[in-house]
Amino acid sequence: MSQDVELDHVTMNFGAFTAVKDVSLTIKAGEFFSFLGPSGCGKTTILRMISGFNDPTEGTIRIGGQDMRGIGPNARPTALIFQNLALFPLMTVWENIAFGLEARYVPRAKRRKRAEELLELIALTDAADKRVSQLSGGQRQRVAIARALAVEPKVMLLDEPLSALDLKLRQHMRAELRAIQRRTGVTFIYITHDQGEALTMSDRVAVMSQGVIQQVANAAEIYNDPATPFVATFVGENNIFRGTVVSVAGELAEIDTPSGRLRGRNRAGLSVGSAALLFARPERITPRSGAVTAEINSLDLQLNHIDFEGNFANLFLTGAGERTIIMQMANNGSLPRLQSGETVPVSFAAADAVILPDGPLATS
Amino acid sequence: MKNLVKRYGMLLTGYMVVASLIWIVLLVVLPYFTMVDYSFRPNLLAADIGGPNDHYTISNYITLFQNAVHFRVFLDTIWGGALVTLICLCICYPVAFNLAKVATPQRAALLLLLLVIPFWINEILRTFAWFIILAYQGPLNAVLKFFHIIDRPIRYLSGNTGVMVGMVYAYILFMVFPIYNAMESLDKGQIEAARDLGAPTWRIHWRVVIPHAKPGIAVGCIMTFMLAVSSYAVPSILGSTNSRWFTEIIYQWFFEGQNWPQGSAYAFILLLLCIVFILIMMKVFKVGLTDIAK
Amino acid sequence: MRRRSGSEILTNLYLGIFLVYLFLPLIVMAAATFNSSRFPTVTPWLGTTLKWFGELYQDDRMWDGLMNSLLVGVVVVIISVPIGIGAALLLTGLQGKARTFVYGVMVSPLLTPGVIIGISTLVFWDRLGVGPGLHLATLGQCSFIIAYVMLMILARLQRFDANLEEAGLDLGASHGLVFRRILLPYLKPSIIAAAVLAFFQSFENYNTTLFTRGLDTTLTVYIAAKVRTGLTPAVNALGLILISITILGAIVYEILRRREASREATPV
Repeated sequence: MSQDVELDHVTMNFGAFTAVKDVSLTIKAGEFFSFLGPSGCGKTTILRMISGFNDPTEGTIRIGGQDMRGIGPNARPTALIFQNLALFPLMTVWENIAFGLEARYVPRAKRRKRAEELLELIALTDAADKRVSQLSGGQRQRVAIARALAVEPKVMLLDEPLSALDLKLRQHMRAELRAIQRRTGVTFIYITHDQGEALTMSDRVAVMSQGVIQQVANAAEIYNDPATPFVATFVGENNIFRGTVVSVAGELAEIDTPSGRLRGRNRAGLSVGSAALLFARPERITPRSGAVTAEINSLDLQLNHIDFEGNFANLFLTGAGERTIIMQMANNGSLPRLQSGETVPVSFAAADAVILPDGPLATS
Repeated sequence: MKNLVKRYGMLLTGYMVVASLIWIVLLVVLPYFTMVDYSFRPNLLAADIGGPNDHYTISNYITLFQNAVHFRVFLDTIWGGALVTLICLCICYPVAFNLAKVATPQRAALLLLLLVIPFWINEILRTFAWFIILAYQGPLNAVLKFFHIIDRPIRYLSGNTGVMVGMVYAYILFMVFPIYNAMESLDKGQIEAARDLGAPTWRIHWRVVIPHAKPGIAVGCIMTFMLAVSSYAVPSILGSTNSRWFTEIIYQWFFEGQNWPQGSAYAFILLLLCIVFILIMMKVFKVGLTDIAK
Repeated sequence: MRRRSGSEILTNLYLGIFLVYLFLPLIVMAAATFNSSRFPTVTPWLGTTLKWFGELYQDDRMWDGLMNSLLVGVVVVIISVPIGIGAALLLTGLQGKARTFVYGVMVSPLLTPGVIIGISTLVFWDRLGVGPGLHLATLGQCSFIIAYVMLMILARLQRFDANLEEAGLDLGASHGLVFRRILLPYLKPSIIAAAVLAFFQSFENYNTTLFTRGLDTTLTVYIAAKVRTGLTPAVNALGLILISITILGAIVYEILRRREASREATPV
């Protein structure tokens, strides 16, 4: 039976350094939840606090409603998959998987049987008596997961488990992990710096930067409706226009930028005079066609160069003040033939742009 | 300490602390302080302890400087130890260099194995071997007479000559291994670059090899000197009636003179000598404590 | 076959002479065992014999010393290895100045002359009312042998992946289970090596034993005493036996080392 994980105003200080600052959120039972952020943002610290290796400096962590303070890692209903897997090199594969049962005084015959069941689940039935060193990277991954599943945890914690694998294997494992999670119904808490992983696998994502949660939402919301400039620039590519708010009308706002007056969704409810950033995704910018209305932003830009990537192309355009704007077009036959230096009129809908208060961006 | 409890649990952490304390306090620190304490007390009969004559004094230390014979032996020991160290250094340097830089890795491994064998053989047996060789009627004299190098046998085991020959043999490997270890980490390319730039061999060693091997040389000298001056077996086997080593005097104070305080004072002086030598070595070779701690 | 430079030939020659210098005395000593001359020597050779082995076998004091040495060696291992492990574990939990200080104190017996260790052990326990004897020799030897054990265990401990302990705890194991099933098996090679080293360090110890033995004899004390009084080639016989054991030990050690090295070369 899976359980909710609550973080209630959790803060972690290491001396003068604050790794996690006042995090409050609830991860629902049975959910695949990811913490996404660059290295050093605090996501590993949160994982270690949930699993019991660090006690938060302030705040409470509850699992299934029970306060976890003072409860050590061997008494919590969690199982952690380490980044380097931490499989026991001196034990066989089945002994690794059955170790959690050994700790619960399950007799040897039963342990072996359960280990064999789990080996079947992960499709490694003839690996039972092998040493860990004889397995490949992907196989070891699966053994680590089986070892954690053996103790039937309420919450599975995964620390960037796929970062050491090559691309093809990573994509395969993404699907497998998701399948296992759905099949067992265990709450998965997954941390990664790879946005592709987080967005495709998770029910919800928490984007983190420097110890602070920037936004908690599902993949579509994170991408289309970022809450902070960090989220807007960390996830996917985004064009940035800097300016000051000059007017507000309903859901939209207008800002004055070196590229002219631009309109976008006033997601943060900014008032006139605020310093603001307007974000427009490259794929939402198109070559101008048809009339220009109040809901359409239009710019005349110059083509710098085109990067042809196969199924799409990135056009690098230069606007006012040497700023680079990227326009992404699908390779569906409508790619224009353009020369470097040519003027390209483009437009994008105000509804497709987000205006946010000026704030720190994700450094590329 | 808290992270230990978290990592290993209460029971195991408690055991660690208790075990370490038993060792350090009971087997190292307290005995050491007791010896120092003894050295500052007069030699009293059991009945007099705690009585009016039991007070701290440095008379045991003064004895060394007042007793001409003992003082002479002390100086001879220092001189002998230094000489042994120097000889070992000169002999060992080319050996270590060959092992580290000239020999192929396979040959170096084999040579190290060969060197380790005498190293593991008991010091007493190795000293005894020289006892046989240096005997008046022994093989060395026989060989020298056979080749007409000498007419009459030489008495080697008189004075400190035999003792020092034996010590060089006994402790030479304590000089080889540290220097070899230090040289091993030297990039061979540096030597070749120096040669390529035209430097003669002696300059290569003086400016490239020796500076790199300094910690190893320092450790080797320290170990050899300390072993030499505090050696008992070698002087007692290879020494004679007209030679004495400082450690033999200490032994006499304990087991023939029954004067433990006096013996403790001499022992502490010996320890101070070693510490002073270590400090001098550290100064001369400009190495710190961390370099020495193996 | 690459061309050797002049200086290379010279250093190789020097190395050869050095090896001869190291082994010749031992060969001479071993050879004297078979010379029927009463004073151990190879010149003059009075006749080949094995009788000195017989005399050695009959020597009760030798057996006495041997048994004592073995006994002390075993007890030293039993005391040193557990304490050494505890000390190494303790060090891993300390940092900074505290660690440097504790480490320094722990390593100090290795830099202390054996004579000093013997004397300090003797006077300390005397003050507690305990006289000299094999028990004191054991304690004196432990003082620095524990340091050797500690260093060997510490070296292996520092390459241990602490994640493995955390994984064990995370899976629900008690601290005891983690220690027994994860850490101890990892340390096993070092523990065995440390035990062997401790035994041999104890067996061949002289300086410390000399001052703490009281009226008891160990094998090294016996040999040193016999050289000065009552010397016969029986001592050489004993020496030859010990040398042979040493060479055997060196070969075994090398075989084990090579096997371990090739095992570590296979990637994990």
